[in-house]
Amino acid sequence: MSDSISMRVVRYRPDKDREPGWQTYDVPLRKEWTVLDGLNHVKNEVDSTLAFRWSCRMGICGSCGMNVDGEPRLTCATFLSDYAPGPVRVEPLGNFPIVRDLVVDLDDFMEKLPRVSPWIIRDDDVTEIDGEYLQTPEELDAYKQFSMCINCMLCYAACPVYGLDPEFIGPAAIALAERYDLDSRDHGARERLDVLIEHEGVWGCTFVGECTRVCPKHVDPAGAIQRYKLKAAHQSVKAFLLPRGAR
Amino acid sequence: MTDLTYRRPVSTWWWLKKRTYFVFVMRELSSIFIAWLVVYLLLLIRAVGRGPTAYDDFLDRADSPWLIVLNVVAFLFVLLHTVTWFNLTPQAMDVRMRGTRVPAAAIIASQYVGLAVVCGFVSWLVLS
Repeated sequence: MSDSISMRVVRYRPDKDREPGWQTYDVPLRKEWTVLDGLNHVKNEVDSTLAFRWSCRMGICGSCGMNVDGEPRLTCATFLSDYAPGPVRVEPLGNFPIVRDLVVDLDDFMEKLPRVSPWIIRDDDVTEIDGEYLQTPEELDAYKQFSMCINCMLCYAACPVYGLDPEFIGPAAIALAERYDLDSRDHGARERLDVLIEHEGVWGCTFVGECTRVCPKHVDPAGAIQRYKLKAAHQSVKAFLLPRGAR
Repeated sequence: MTDLTYRRPVSTWWWLKKRTYFVFVMRELSSIFIAWLVVYLLLLIRAVGRGPTAYDDFLDRADSPWLIVLNVVAFLFVLLHTVTWFNLTPQAMDVRMRGTRVPAAAIIASQYVGLAVVCGFVSWLVLS
C-alpha cells in the first residue's frame, strides 16, 4: 500500500471565486485514517484556509457529511484506504448552496423541520408534575428506528427530487414526523398529516429510495414516506366518503 | 446583505450519474409501457368481441416486426416494473403479525406467490 493518497477537494472562496474549483492535496495514507482525518491533516499541516464542518468524529453529531467520490457520506466513518490508490474526490453535500469550500447552507432544512412539529404533542393537560409518560418496550420499538436520525443531511444530498424541487420538505423531516406519529405518547399525527398531505409533503417523493441507501443510521426515510402516503391516501378517501363528523 | 452562496445547477443528465438513479428513471419510464400493454389488451378484447375476422386481423397486425419489437421491449419493462416494485413493497408496508414485523423477504415472496397464482388461473382460463 502506498504511503500517501491524493485528495481532490472542492474549494470555493466566495470573496474570490465566481464558482467552485478543485484543489489537490497529498495526505498520508494510514489504515485507521478517515477522510475527515485527511481533511484535518490538510487543515493543520498544509492549508489552514480550507473550511469544513466536523465535531464528534464518531458518527453521532452528523456535521461532517460530504460527497466522497460522488456519494453522500459521513467523512468520519469513511476510510481513506477504501479509496486507495486514489485520488479521492471530496465535495460539499449535493443539493445545498455552498457557503465556503466544503461548508453548505442548511437554512432550508432548519426552516422546514419545525413545520412537521418534531416533538411530542399532547391533547390533554398532563404536565411533567403529574409524572412521566410510561411506555412499553414494544411501544418504544415502534418508533425507535426513526428516532436514530442525526440530521446529517446525507438523505437530502442523495435525493434527486429535492435537487430538482427544493420546495419538497425532504426525507429527514418526514422520517422525524413518522417518529413522533408512532410514539405512543404523542397525539399530533393529524396536525403533521395536514402539513405532509400537501404536494411539497409526501406526494413530492417518487420513491427513488436513495435516502435510505445513504442513511448512516439505517433510519429508512423512504419507508417512512411511503407509509405516510398510505396514511394520507386513507385520510383523503375518508374525507371523500364520510360525513364531516365521522372522519 | 449579498448572498454569496453558490447554487450548483442540476444537470439534465443527473439520472445517468448513478446506477440507482438510472434504475429509478427506468422504473418510472416502465409505466408508459404498462399503459401501452393495457391499451393493447383492450384492443385484443375489442377484436375478440367483434368476431373471428376482427380477431384474425388483430393477430395479423401482431405479427408485424415493429409490433413484436415494441411488445418485447414492453414486456422487459413490465418485468423491471414488477421486480422493482415487489422489492420496494416491504419498505412501504409495515406488516405485523402477533406484534412482530414480518420479514421483508416473506412479503416479497408472498407477492411472487400471488403473481404465480394469478398467472396460473389466467393460463388455465385461456388454455382450457
